[in-house]
Amino acid sequence: MIVAEDVHFFYPNKVEALKGVSLTIKDGEFVAIMGQNGAGKSTLVKHFNGLLKPKLGTVRVDGVGTTKTSVATLARNVGFVFQNPDHQLFSETVEDEIAFALKNFGFEPEVIEKRVTWALNLLALTQYRKTSPFLLSGGERKRVALASVLAWDPKTLILDEPTIGQDHEQKEKLRQFIMQMQTQKKTVVIVTHDVEFVAECNPRVVLMKEGKIVADGMGKEILTDPALLELSSIVLPQIAQIFTKLSLLGFPKDIIDIYEAKEIILKAQESRLRK
Amino acid sequence: MSVFDGLRFRKVYSPIHNLDPRIKFIYVIIIFVIAILFYQIIPLLFLFFLQIPFVLLARVQKQWLRSLRGASFLAGFIFIVNVATTYFTSGYTLLAPNVENAAAMTLRFVVLVESFSVFFLTTSPDHLGLALEESRVPYEFAFAFTTAVRFVPVLAEEAQTIMDAQKARGLELEKGGLLKRIRNYVPVLIPLIVSAIRRSLELAEAMESRAWGATKQRTNLYLLKLHRGDYALLAITVGILVAAIYIRWFVPIPTITQLI
Amino acid sequence: MSKLSRLRLAGTKNMAIIETKNLTYTYPGATKPSIIDVSIKVEKGEFVLITGPSGCGKTTLCRCFNGLVPHFYQGELKGEISVAGVNTLEHHTYEMAKHVGLVFQNPENQLFALSVEKDVAFGLENVGVPREEMRKKVDWALNLTDIYDLRERSPHEISGGQQQRVAIAAVLAMEPEIIVLDEPTSFLDPLSAEKIFEVIYALNKKQGITVILVEHRLDLTAKYTNHLIVMDEGKIRFEGNPREILSTEETRLIGVGIPKATLLYQMLKKDGLNLNDNIPLSSEELADQLMEALKPK
Repeated sequence: MIVAEDVHFFYPNKVEALKGVSLTIKDGEFVAIMGQNGAGKSTLVKHFNGLLKPKLGTVRVDGVGTTKTSVATLARNVGFVFQNPDHQLFSETVEDEIAFALKNFGFEPEVIEKRVTWALNLLALTQYRKTSPFLLSGGERKRVALASVLAWDPKTLILDEPTIGQDHEQKEKLRQFIMQMQTQKKTVVIVTHDVEFVAECNPRVVLMKEGKIVADGMGKEILTDPALLELSSIVLPQIAQIFTKLSLLGFPKDIIDIYEAKEIILKAQESRLRK
Repeated sequence: MSVFDGLRFRKVYSPIHNLDPRIKFIYVIIIFVIAILFYQIIPLLFLFFLQIPFVLLARVQKQWLRSLRGASFLAGFIFIVNVATTYFTSGYTLLAPNVENAAAMTLRFVVLVESFSVFFLTTSPDHLGLALEESRVPYEFAFAFTTAVRFVPVLAEEAQTIMDAQKARGLELEKGGLLKRIRNYVPVLIPLIVSAIRRSLELAEAMESRAWGATKQRTNLYLLKLHRGDYALLAITVGILVAAIYIRWFVPIPTITQLI
Repeated sequence: MSKLSRLRLAGTKNMAIIETKNLTYTYPGATKPSIIDVSIKVEKGEFVLITGPSGCGKTTLCRCFNGLVPHFYQGELKGEISVAGVNTLEHHTYEMAKHVGLVFQNPENQLFALSVEKDVAFGLENVGVPREEMRKKVDWALNLTDIYDLRERSPHEISGGQQQRVAIAAVLAMEPEIIVLDEPTSFLDPLSAEKIFEVIYALNKKQGITVILVEHRLDLTAKYTNHLIVMDEGKIRFEGNPREILSTEETRLIGVGIPKATLLYQMLKKDGLNLNDNIPLSSEELADQLMEALKPK
């Protein structure tokens, strides 16, 4: 469980990036942290694995305060996948890349071997085991970065802007991957401004603006509240845009799922025809 | 490193900042020449204090003092070496003139560092780039300079991100002996280098797409013009140079030892 | 009179400004070609949308339009290509820059100067345009992209969306007949992305500039075009009206992100909802159709 209490954080240039943020993420939850660029989303999640320490307030991960704990220790349970895989890749082979963290954490060689094979399998990279990561395509490199973090099986997974530069297929696979992580009872936190992606996953949404949390609730409620979205400069998902207009005919406004949309419209049509 | 602090530019606008960088550079070179002309401490002291009105006018006191502090280490070293050599060569005696000479050498060094520091503190990279563009230097160099400056903050941020990403995979940069620590930086250096190469490729594409190399006669959106202040500084510089030459060859300068 | 207005007056409406025949290109050292037998025709003043899954060759195709392929990347470009009446194979990239502007994916790596307006002037400086004229063109481009008040800022201080508008202005200042944008909003949030599309659309409609946009976000862009090109594995799979293309099963199977409005429309029509035959491409269009179909009698 991750608990942030009244966290204040200042960057070296004196800018206050977090102005009293309090947030609790329970084990197994799927949370999307959203907001405009500069709202403090990445700053906040970097507190969860100790990369940043709060100036005021506390952050506790599974009961352990992060201020006096090293990143290496916290990283054992909180895996952080950065936006650009090229900021991580440096090894000669994909295998070495995935084993890197395992070596840092002191796993035994036989365990490392097993974990690497498992991670390669999970992300369909087995054929690239001995390939240089630099020779792979953009999407494949992203998977290698992901595999290298999953390899040590952290309880919590943080993904920073995982959908940037991805095409439709890749996003769909990502969504399924997150569902898979969920079934394995992992806590998943994504930082994103991709409203459509979040609408499709419908997680808990935490909306930030200028270093504060302005909303925290189900995706359905938050992503369909025009006042909230305007406040934090996010656009309505496509389906919600349609229903905002349809609300003039009495339709509910909080629809973000395409299948739910279909059902509601067809039902309305049925009752209309019956009259 | 605090010596470099003095070299970094702050966006403070003052009359000194607005002076033409070429004129400022000529001024700095002249100070350099004059500092070499003299070996007596009094004129060097004068040169040193000559910087101060510029520093105050440009409002860069804090950064200037910081660079002074940085230079003081090397300065102290120069002083001690000088005194020590004369001490040993003059039969283990500490003579006042020798100490004064050592102080003068040190001061000469300080004056050189400080005049360059004032130059860089009061000249924006934009102005420097412009000056380079308008000089006879081939455009490629001016472009390389401004592009490098432009990307320094970007690369710095990227380096930080890469370090964070690797730390998040258990890399501990502070631990271990010297050799291990150097090895630990490989996972930081490689992504940095690869990223720099990728970035250069993208930049090159963008440059080509915007007609790079279309003609050797490049024009410039901006133009460096000389204003009254620049002519004033030029006049002051020439005046100081003339005075210095005259004093150097025709005016006997007492040493402090003689005055006491 | 500016080059563009002269062209607009003189121009015949249905003149192909880009034409390729059997274009095939393999990057040096690659095992297979990135584009295969690509034959397309773009009319002057069109707004063309190119889409397709990652690796389908759309990026390579963009670089053919201004000569980066083959001049910058080396290798052999087979087939014929003519852009603004010029055979790119026989002309340097810097000559093509007058006709085609290329805007890339990463905003940061397209800006090299220390101030926005110096960046916008870069291309004009390269070509040797005299200062007075340059000033006018720079100001014009800054205004059209709505960044005039950012002109003295340094590129590092501004947001990604603003940086991308600087890149567009920089390309625009050279008054090209064609602007090609390769996934310009990949790194931007949806709000900034919409702003970019609005700017591009205005350039197309009001200035008559031919626009070729490569995008994944069809939700936001399909509505701007009536010439859609879908690529897959180096080949052109579909070309034509987006309404027809985006409603077929094959397109969906390629992995293209069909706009939600189009998908919902098809789902509802299949289940018997009485909607007209106009396939919607945007949420506004579908909403209007639904209002019509569902309003109380």
